[in-house]
Amino acid sequence: MGYPHRSHPKETPVLSKHFGDPQARTLDGWKQRGGYRALEQALGMTPADIVNVVKDSGLRGRGGAGFPTGLKWSFMKPGDGKPHYLCVNADESEPGTFKDREIMRWTPHALVEGTALAAHAIGAETAYIYIRGEFTEPLRVMEAAVKEAYAAGILGAKAMGTPHRIDVHILRGAGAYICGEETALMNSIEGKRGNPRIKPPFPAAAGVFGMPTTINNVETLCAVPHILVNGAAWYKALSLSSPKSTGTKLFSACGTLARPGNYEVTLGFPFKDFLYDLCGGPLPGRRFKAVIPGGSSVPIQSMEEAESTLMDYEGFVAKGSMLGSGGVIVFDDSVCMVRMIARLARFYAHESCAQCTQCREGTAWTTRILERIERGQGTMQDLDVLLELSENMTGKTICVLSDSCAAPIVSGIAKFKKEFEAHITGKKCPVTAAAAAAAA
Amino acid sequence: MADTPMVSLTIEGRAVRVPAGTSILEAAKQAGVLVPHYCYHPGLPIAGVCRMCLVEVEKAPKLVPSCATAVAEGNVVHVHSPKALEARKGVLEFLLINHPLDCPICDQAGECELQDYTFREGRAQGRLGPEPKRFNPAEDFGGDVLYVTNRCILCTRCVRFMEDVAQDPVLNVSERGDRAVIGKFEGRDLTHPWAGNVIDLCPVGALVSKDFLNKARAWELDRTASICPNCTQGCNTMLETRDNMVVRMKPRPNAEVNHFYLCDEGRADYRWMNRADRLEAPLVRHHGDRLVAADWEVALKAAAGHLNGKRVHAVVSPMLSTESLWMLSRLVKKSGGRGAFRVARGTEAPLAGVKDLALRAERAANVRAAELLGFTKTDRPLDGLQQGDVLVIAGQELEAADTPALARASAVIVIGTHLFAGAREAIVVFPATNVAEEEGTFVNLRGRVQRYLQARAAPGMARPVWWALADLLAFLGESASYFTAAEAFAAMAQARPEFAGMTYDSLGLAGRVISGAGEAMAGAAR
Repeated sequence: MGYPHRSHPKETPVLSKHFGDPQARTLDGWKQRGGYRALEQALGMTPADIVNVVKDSGLRGRGGAGFPTGLKWSFMKPGDGKPHYLCVNADESEPGTFKDREIMRWTPHALVEGTALAAHAIGAETAYIYIRGEFTEPLRVMEAAVKEAYAAGILGAKAMGTPHRIDVHILRGAGAYICGEETALMNSIEGKRGNPRIKPPFPAAAGVFGMPTTINNVETLCAVPHILVNGAAWYKALSLSSPKSTGTKLFSACGTLARPGNYEVTLGFPFKDFLYDLCGGPLPGRRFKAVIPGGSSVPIQSMEEAESTLMDYEGFVAKGSMLGSGGVIVFDDSVCMVRMIARLARFYAHESCAQCTQCREGTAWTTRILERIERGQGTMQDLDVLLELSENMTGKTICVLSDSCAAPIVSGIAKFKKEFEAHITGKKCPVTAAAAAAAA
Repeated sequence: MADTPMVSLTIEGRAVRVPAGTSILEAAKQAGVLVPHYCYHPGLPIAGVCRMCLVEVEKAPKLVPSCATAVAEGNVVHVHSPKALEARKGVLEFLLINHPLDCPICDQAGECELQDYTFREGRAQGRLGPEPKRFNPAEDFGGDVLYVTNRCILCTRCVRFMEDVAQDPVLNVSERGDRAVIGKFEGRDLTHPWAGNVIDLCPVGALVSKDFLNKARAWELDRTASICPNCTQGCNTMLETRDNMVVRMKPRPNAEVNHFYLCDEGRADYRWMNRADRLEAPLVRHHGDRLVAADWEVALKAAAGHLNGKRVHAVVSPMLSTESLWMLSRLVKKSGGRGAFRVARGTEAPLAGVKDLALRAERAANVRAAELLGFTKTDRPLDGLQQGDVLVIAGQELEAADTPALARASAVIVIGTHLFAGAREAIVVFPATNVAEEEGTFVNLRGRVQRYLQARAAPGMARPVWWALADLLAFLGESASYFTAAEAFAAMAQARPEFAGMTYDSLGLAGRVISGAGEAMAGAAR
């Protein structure tokens, strides 16, 4: 079942199979749909065996970085005498991304199950689900699901009747994008200001409360029960391209297209089909101009690049961008790219945690330059300054927020330089001007 | 510590060997290479946020923050490579876009790390163009601290000092992005007894001293290594003078005593060093009624005449140098008399994050030396003054309650910086220098002998107490002829086992602990 549309025949609904089905939200409904079989199975396995299955499946992190999940789990050394923690990153704040929101809204028990399973696999008795502050409905649904799971003995001192203790706590963010960065999220859990930490030490060595911690994305964890039930080989076979990209992935599509929404496809799916079949192509009378394929932090693709892309971790890189979080933002010919990039930069300037100099000052400065160009008051030198600032904002800070602000600027100027130049030489926004002329 | 493995690396072509775990920045210091930095401070936890200390490490994919990166065997580090320089130039440009270029009216100018590094490595011209700079009003942070928000580069040294060293979290980073500023928690002020250190820690002119505000330019100041005389801790300081006036006292690092810090009470209490109503010439009682100015020779001879054969009761100040106290003790001993001193007391105020560092209850620098040299600590220093004794008052003011006792003395000899009420009863008054006007040593409460140097010229004919006393002893037939404080100290080191083997040279500016002080240290640790 799709949501808000019916599933497209070309989709492969695994995680999204029950989207839109209110029955799937309840514990009973979830069990009738096969829920908690994987957890029961996993609690009878050793953590090492679970980690090996996940390693074999080729599952990679769905939050943006694409780090192999099994490998990440294997960093948690059993018997180190320290409490281990699992953090679930449900602080889905990447502009253009809204897949975790739907997972939590419709299939909360999928996340509870994935969380409990992962906690067992890394030797953690405590898991924190950190939900974005603005997600009021998902929060309510998740809290109800955790309550049900405790009442049914799935969570607690004897998880599903086994000797394993698994506690799941839900925490709510307070509206900071940066708290989706893993170490900022941990600071936030600890009650501190949500500032990213210097790495090393990495979370597996010293994470939340200074203890070994694994942090996973919601979608990653929800895939794990399916892998345990159906086997690593089944998941690995779900790949249309590179063997390094396996399984299905939810893509959130938004922007100027006919059918925005969440679509689940097997990795390696042709991006062209995704845009024109699943998403229904552009709005009537419009043409696509550009795509940001993986949430606002990744480089912008031109349509030539996008239409030849295979949707997997390597495919997007090969075509000048990244898979990121799977937030596909599409722009048609009515969109002013300068304005759009300025809007993105403004977002990053607003969300910078203010620790690193380049990010605190750079995001705000680039925003001001971009907005000035958009108003028709820019100069050609501004473009050079923007590129130099972007260079200074890339790879030099604690986290990648600054890099994320620079990526669309650099790719935008490289791929849509004519639009920037038109703003500067024409001393006004040509797109807005054309729209005004058309309306007159 | 001896077991810590050593790591060898190359920094700017210089081989250096440091213990494992050392940061690249600290290793570079050892190699004699300064990596520009703002947020890093050796006394504070690592923040790694200014990104100024980025250096190039061969084979590393990106530039690394040298403050937060431990050395690794065989590292080849480039601090001044084009890539590293370009990155720092970028940071400086970012820091300056919203920084008011108000150096001409900024107290920090001349000792500002933003100014220094911009001059050395920054861009010649800004590229902000027509954009206005961010503006926030200045804010009184309480205590001695004024926050000039616009100059702040958000290095968070002040926040970390209050949180981790003072352990009294008053400051925070409020807001985010380029709206971020240093804020105070609701209802809190920088009133912690050590809060003033945030002014020294601030690498720019964002946190400035209200006391020093607009008083002097940094480049007009002369700086002299000194010791804070205001309690028994003996914090190492820098006395800063302009036109022969002490205008500021700042901490001077000493890992054994005060690390990088100085308490607010200590740093604020320097004005008395500039006191204007000073004794400038020796005074001798003339025809029994009036004190008249006289030459040193005349005054010394007069004093010696009164002292001859009499028992001395000395009331001394625990603010006098060790050398001066030793001379006084010799005078007391020679006459078979006794000596006593009184210490002003106040509330003890420890700095929580530093072991054994506090504003001590005893508010005088040399209590330990006075005790060592045989002076009795008492609240009633005139007790024991017997009929016919000569009372020698050195550097100490009498209190109103003391004056009736003066009648018992056959004569009163005063050596001091100014003419206090009881001094008018004296038959001879010698003008003395204060701590800023002489060289000398103090012994702190842990027995550390520390030198201080002369920061300003003494008024008129004033001399250090040790000098006046040595001359007086010479008049009384003692062998006591010293031309410098160093000579006086050397003579004391010969005579007193506690100081055996010490010289001004061997003390250096970090000081040495007297022999036998180990038990005292162990006592303190308990």
